[in-house]
Amino acid sequence: MKRHLISAGDLSRDDALLILDTAEELAQVSQRSIKKLPTLRGRTVVNLFFEDSTRTRISFEAAAKRLSADVINFSAKGSSVSKGESLKDTALTLQAMGADAVVIRHSASGAPHRLAEWVDGSIVNAGDGTHEHPTQALLDAFSMRRRLGPLDGRRVTIVGDVLHSRVARSNVLLLATLGAQVTLVAPPTLLPVSVGSWPCEISYDLDGVLPKSDVVMMLRVQRERMNAAFFPSAREYSRRYGLDRDRLGRMPDHAVVMHPGPMNRGMEIAAEVADSPRSTIVEQVTNGVTIRMAVLYLLLGGAELEGGAQ
Amino acid sequence: MTAYLVKGASIVGGEPADLLIRDGLIVETGAGLTAPAGAETLDAEGLVALPGLVDLHTHLREPGREDAETVETGTRAAALGGFTAVHAMANTSPVADTAGVVEQVWRLGQEAGHCDVRPVGAVTVGLAGERLAELGAMADSAARVRVFSDDGKCVSDAVLMRRALEYVKAFDGVIAQHAQEPRLTEDAQMNEGAVSGRLGLTGWPAVAEEAIIARDCLLAAHVGSRLHVCHVSTAGSVEIIRWAKSKGWDVTAEVTPHHLLLTDDLVEASPAGAYNPIYKVNPPLRTREDVEALRAALADGTIDCVATDHAPHPVEDKEAEWGAAAMGMIGLETALPVVQLAMVETGLLDWAGVAQRMSIAPAHIGRVAGHGMPIEVGATANLTLLDPSARTGVDPGAFASKSRNTPYTGLTLPGKVVATFLRGRPTVLEGKLA
Repeated sequence: MKRHLISAGDLSRDDALLILDTAEELAQVSQRSIKKLPTLRGRTVVNLFFEDSTRTRISFEAAAKRLSADVINFSAKGSSVSKGESLKDTALTLQAMGADAVVIRHSASGAPHRLAEWVDGSIVNAGDGTHEHPTQALLDAFSMRRRLGPLDGRRVTIVGDVLHSRVARSNVLLLATLGAQVTLVAPPTLLPVSVGSWPCEISYDLDGVLPKSDVVMMLRVQRERMNAAFFPSAREYSRRYGLDRDRLGRMPDHAVVMHPGPMNRGMEIAAEVADSPRSTIVEQVTNGVTIRMAVLYLLLGGAELEGGAQ
Repeated sequence: MTAYLVKGASIVGGEPADLLIRDGLIVETGAGLTAPAGAETLDAEGLVALPGLVDLHTHLREPGREDAETVETGTRAAALGGFTAVHAMANTSPVADTAGVVEQVWRLGQEAGHCDVRPVGAVTVGLAGERLAELGAMADSAARVRVFSDDGKCVSDAVLMRRALEYVKAFDGVIAQHAQEPRLTEDAQMNEGAVSGRLGLTGWPAVAEEAIIARDCLLAAHVGSRLHVCHVSTAGSVEIIRWAKSKGWDVTAEVTPHHLLLTDDLVEASPAGAYNPIYKVNPPLRTREDVEALRAALADGTIDCVATDHAPHPVEDKEAEWGAAAMGMIGLETALPVVQLAMVETGLLDWAGVAQRMSIAPAHIGRVAGHGMPIEVGATANLTLLDPSARTGVDPGAFASKSRNTPYTGLTLPGKVVATFLRGRPTVLEGKLA
């Protein structure tokens, strides 16, 4: 594996499977009453969050702590960053403190690439602008695999604001690597103009795609997008691209519903769909911790997993 | 003033000849001239003599951003790049939208003395795109402004653009448009295409440039005015300009050296790392197809000239995440080498063609007297001597510009300016400031 996890495209098929298999082993640990492993004892993981995202931060924090790493949470709010300190100065500070891994969330696409130029530790992209969110894609793949088995040939439909979605970009890349067939469904305004060059199919017709889907992943759609004329109204969006009970009924019986959260209930997904047994939404949160443990473990070359629980 | 005898330079790539320079003029040409008493002799064998280069598009940053560049440092860079005249863009602070500011910039250029500085006047007050600046006052000032531009911003209001085009006819001015439809480029970060889609950066679509160029060509035709299009960057723009010229309309255009060489995939993968804002520029780097179309258009004359869009920025404005970084690249000291690489070594232009596109045409568009003249007896001695066989690794630390934001670091470029003469006085000798 490479030293950093910045893009899902950085992962070979073997890398991706290794992460998923390692997560599977670590999932066993999570079921024990004592969930902590000593493998990253003495290593420092910095959570560098320039954007509010409590759920992603605590997921990484829990993952690092379960591996016994020292965790430093560095939130841009209330720090020198909000007083105009540059990303580079923040990076140099972290470098001086000797961070072994930096988990970065930033509103600017490409911020993790820049950070990787300035610090020696491993960089884990926890979401950069509208670019990528590779650990989300890994936990999604992990969740799918647990429900459906190997992903080769599985048909995954991703619905919603692909243009602004880092989750969609990472998922398209990772799922293609893992041999799944991805179809993106969105109003044409919410697809990049160049989406035809991506390793996936495109459709504007959700109802046509649902019966052929093993997985339907709904993306969050911000209501404010309608102000920039991406779609006329929340109601029309919901009618054409929302997953409601009727549409759930058109999916094969084995097919699952996913959402990276946070959800707009009633907008892209109906409450009864989100809460149905077909939904993996709560599992995705649990699996998020597990997959992030696997990523940190593999990037930081932790001691043998067989060390057992403390 | 010292006389100079330039021995054996290839005149715009043609036969070698000697040039005797005295009192600011070329006074004698021919083979085997002997140096008169007191004249200095320059061995120019193997060098190409070009008329002094003229840049229609330079950001000297003074007044206001003297941390990035000053008239002094920027014109040193210009002289070292072989330029004898540069047009200083108006987006300074304060904006060059009054006779006072353009005269200040013009005087700073005179005092520095490295090359002629021709201030560009803003089209609208404060570049705000709302009402016309006092274009006539700037034209009548000591700076004799003839080129007007809101560069950095587009004069997007069609009525305002129409009026500006009409108004400057009274003093033979030209509106140099930064063609960028603002609504189509809100928060735009790079060329909209496959790379921007993958990188998750907001796209700057080609149509945002092309739509404005098409509109402006039609406006210029309607009112019978002169239009100049700044930094053309797309194949579609080339088609529109070619069409406008075929109608006989008075439309001229420029292309930057970087748009003749670099493409948007550098944002995704380059030795400088992905998302390195050294490649962030406005208009953005486009695709290989666009580069090919721009080269062909410069070769066939659809695009009249090369202009640097030299845009200095201090290190901290570039060492940032892509979205927060400033747009622009420096280019005065690399312009001629990049043109040699992209146009001459590809066989698209000969040296006479380079002289046309980097001196004669821009001097004519800017109405710059005494520049862009053929190298012949009686012409003002504005000259550039280039060693086309030199190969130099680009070292930003060696630039005279105050800024270091070059996209060519580490690249080996052909051609080196050995000497520059401004009205018979050397500003550069042996590749160094004289």
